Amino acid sequence: MDAILLQILNGLDKGSAYALIALGLTLIFGTLGVVNFAHGALFMIGAFCAVTLQRILTISYETVDDSRTDFLGNPMTVETPYVQAWFGPETGATIIDWSVPLAILFAIPIMLLVGFVMERGLIKHFYKRPHADQILVTFGLAIVLQEIIKYFYGANPIPTPAPDVFSGSFDFGVLLGFDPGAIIYPYWRLVYFVFAMAVISGVFAFLQFTTFGMVVRAGMADRETVGLLGIDIDKRFTIMFGIAAGVAGLAGVMYTPINAPNYHMGMDFLVLSFVVVVVGGMGSLPGAVLAGFLLGILESFASMTAVIDLIPGINQIIIYLVAIIVLLTRPRGLMGRKGVMEE
Amino acid sequence: MGILEVKNVNKNFGGLKALSEVNLSVKENSVHAIIGPNGAGKSTLLNCLIGKLIPDTGSVMFDGQSVLGRKPHEINQMGISRVFQTPEIFGDLTVFENVMIPIFAKRDGSFRMHAFESVAHERDIVEEAEAVLADVNMLEKRDLHAASLSRGDKRRLEMAMCLSQKPKLLLLDEPTAGMARADTNNTIDLLNQIKAKRDITMCIIEHDMHVVFSLADRITVLAQGTPLVEDTPDKIKGHPKVQEAYLGEAA
Amino acid sequence: MLGLNTKDTWLLVIVALMTLFAPFLLNPFPANSSLAQFNAGYPDLMQRFVIFGIFAIGFNILFGLTGYLSFGHAAFLGVGSYAAVWMFKLLGYNVVPAIILSVIVGAVFALLIGFISLRRSGIYFSILTLAFAQMSFALAYSVLTPITNGETGLQVYTSDPQYFQRSGAPDIPHFFGLEMRATETLRMGGWSFDINAGYYLCAAVLLVAFYMAIRLFRSPFGMMLRAVKSNQQRLNYTGLNARPYTLAAFVISGMYAGLAGGLMASMDPLAGAERMQWTASGEVVLMTILGGAGTLIGPVLGAGFIKYFENIFSKINDGVLHGWFGFLPDGIENVLVTVVHPFVGKGWHLTLGLLFMLVVIFLPGGLVEGGQRIGKYVFRRRGRKAGGAEAEAARKQPAE
Repeated sequence: MDAILLQILNGLDKGSAYALIALGLTLIFGTLGVVNFAHGALFMIGAFCAVTLQRILTISYETVDDSRTDFLGNPMTVETPYVQAWFGPETGATIIDWSVPLAILFAIPIMLLVGFVMERGLIKHFYKRPHADQILVTFGLAIVLQEIIKYFYGANPIPTPAPDVFSGSFDFGVLLGFDPGAIIYPYWRLVYFVFAMAVISGVFAFLQFTTFGMVVRAGMADRETVGLLGIDIDKRFTIMFGIAAGVAGLAGVMYTPINAPNYHMGMDFLVLSFVVVVVGGMGSLPGAVLAGFLLGILESFASMTAVIDLIPGINQIIIYLVAIIVLLTRPRGLMGRKGVMEE
Repeated sequence: MGILEVKNVNKNFGGLKALSEVNLSVKENSVHAIIGPNGAGKSTLLNCLIGKLIPDTGSVMFDGQSVLGRKPHEINQMGISRVFQTPEIFGDLTVFENVMIPIFAKRDGSFRMHAFESVAHERDIVEEAEAVLADVNMLEKRDLHAASLSRGDKRRLEMAMCLSQKPKLLLLDEPTAGMARADTNNTIDLLNQIKAKRDITMCIIEHDMHVVFSLADRITVLAQGTPLVEDTPDKIKGHPKVQEAYLGEAA
Repeated sequence: MLGLNTKDTWLLVIVALMTLFAPFLLNPFPANSSLAQFNAGYPDLMQRFVIFGIFAIGFNILFGLTGYLSFGHAAFLGVGSYAAVWMFKLLGYNVVPAIILSVIVGAVFALLIGFISLRRSGIYFSILTLAFAQMSFALAYSVLTPITNGETGLQVYTSDPQYFQRSGAPDIPHFFGLEMRATETLRMGGWSFDINAGYYLCAAVLLVAFYMAIRLFRSPFGMMLRAVKSNQQRLNYTGLNARPYTLAAFVISGMYAGLAGGLMASMDPLAGAERMQWTASGEVVLMTILGGAGTLIGPVLGAGFIKYFENIFSKINDGVLHGWFGFLPDGIENVLVTVVHPFVGKGWHLTLGLLFMLVVIFLPGGLVEGGQRIGKYVFRRRGRKAGGAEAEAARKQPAE
């Protein structure tokens, strides 16, 4: 029992990331009808927003501290971040410590901007082109974005820690009456899950309760009719693209403490997220979220030693296997609608 | 005994009766039209004829074999060619290739791995395709992309593709739907020419009564999922039930 | 000739001549001149040109003709390589059985994966092939280690049985005694040219593969494949079953990929799982699109183009750049070097990505279409009288 709970918990953080990326992917697909292979790159850019903010916050100046000496006996140079100089050592250190959550504020405008530029500059011209062309051009864009990041940040993963407060683990075992230490779960993963749920609810609420969202949902259901109503659907779609980019970016920002970001993390997640979208059903938002968590948890179950002993290698292929089975038995995915992507 | 026999066909969608007790017999070498107002069940019947829908009860026999549940290519290989509402052609291919493909399909069946032969060396097929194109006066357009043809030429090409297979039955699904008067008349002329030139069995599903009067040998009027009457065009014209069905729609 | 029309015969002859004289054509600069770094006539690179050419020709039979975009073709290349290395381990270093088995294994895998994937079309087909390829990749790395040797990669050890390895035969891949590594260097003045046995074996295979592709393109079968891409509904109602046609195309392109994998292992008896990764599949998509999908020569051009620039661009470092711009005043020189720097050397992929986007946006027909446009432009300027006939002729041959 405790093992099962542990696996469910373990699946949640990956599932959250899948769900967030897949949500944006399917949003773009459902509204704009575009298959965006560069969506993983947006996730990656988000992660690097966190890295960038951390670097900005730790920009320092050097002073010579005469009272101390280094190992050569020379006076010691001390680096002090400007933030600490401005806000005092205590507050400054806290700000640096909290750079990842702070990066959310930093990333939102950047991601929206990236999204708008991408949609207006490139994607817009591909609405009417075949899906194969969309896949190919966004694939090219993904390579470009990832190479740009690699150029500026190098190829190695950059550790970006969570605030100290969250560095420990939470012992669910004690809480639920199991042995202490049976279910240990890092705080940050819990934060990530809560954050993901908040973002997902936010997107759904936005689509459900605002006029803007209503029009977009109508557009997802029937694009041409909405266009005929004289509503400037294009502008709204641009904004939707920005929001999807924002969601992917925020998913990336908060993921940095879980996995040190590197330039190809987007591609790694993209393939899986696409599988998630297809399993959930192209163009279905609840489907994307459901499939994201489902596959995340399935993956973590498949990684249990007992399961691997039974079916070797299953942890490596479970997601693809599920996708293949779903595609063959339910071509529209778990919650897909009729008429989406069908020739 | 007709070449196409529809017997006691019933089809319900949920609680809605789409077809009830439909009986139909298309005689060989005749033009049979099925007409009826909107919602009379014409498309449902058509989908039963091509195996796409399976009726709840009843049978659809073509040339002594059941068509129910068969795939489109099997239906065609049985001898039924189909003309669509909007012309379905191979837009990326040349007009000539468009005509060659059905002839290949007729000769070689639904699949043949002829990957190492040359199209240009298939003299029989090339000659036959040339004859077919000459028949519809399109020989000079043979090397054009089919997508670049005018709408009328596309319809003509589609017809030529179907006729090149010398089908036992040519199925036409509202061939003049959405057409301007002039185009409609051209299509009627084309069909009349085809009828005059060769022995052919045609089954036309049509909404517009006027289209079929000059063409059909027999007409079945469908209303609310049941055949109302079946007779020659002249008799149908004055039939009170038909008037009622169409006037009822107009009112 | 050989059952081809005049135009296709010329195409084949040109490709034959180019592959035959490639060691000379690709080494136009004297060996110790400063431009020697643009020479591509060394065996390793020339082999890659033709091997990826074969891979792309095969991919094009599927994507170019039927329009089915597979994102998993690298899997077939990978299994081809594994099959070839296993033949080296079990039988001996002769490349013939290795290449034959790699083609067969490629076909079997393609049949399995294609049979399932082709139940769907469009993006779903792409995702299915991607999923299968990623599965093969993951399995090759983990569970199948006894067969694939996991991360280390499969290679031949002295302890391997090699039942048919004769005592006098070379201890590296060979073609009935002719070592694949054997290279004759011709020196003519300042120039030097490498004549390599492995390259010429690959080139011969490429010519056969290319010839088969031409035949296929001009065959009724090829016409049916184009019809699949154009209008599947009409195809079905014309009495043709699209499924076996697409499956046959998928298997044939899988065989080409397996063949490429087998040749790769024959040049260097090593096989690793990374050859199966989806980015490798993306690479062949890139080559085909860049050259011109659906055309005969396009994929070969695309493969050559990408492999050439990958090698040349990635070798250009700042030192080389300073050498080029050295004649300029220092300030301008440094600015230019800084501007160009991100695009060369390790930044080659950036250039590739940009190039790829530009091609898809502005030149969906790839390099071949670009060539045609330039040709048409030149032609129109030379004489407007005959222009109509030429345009007509260009439209006649959509597959060219």
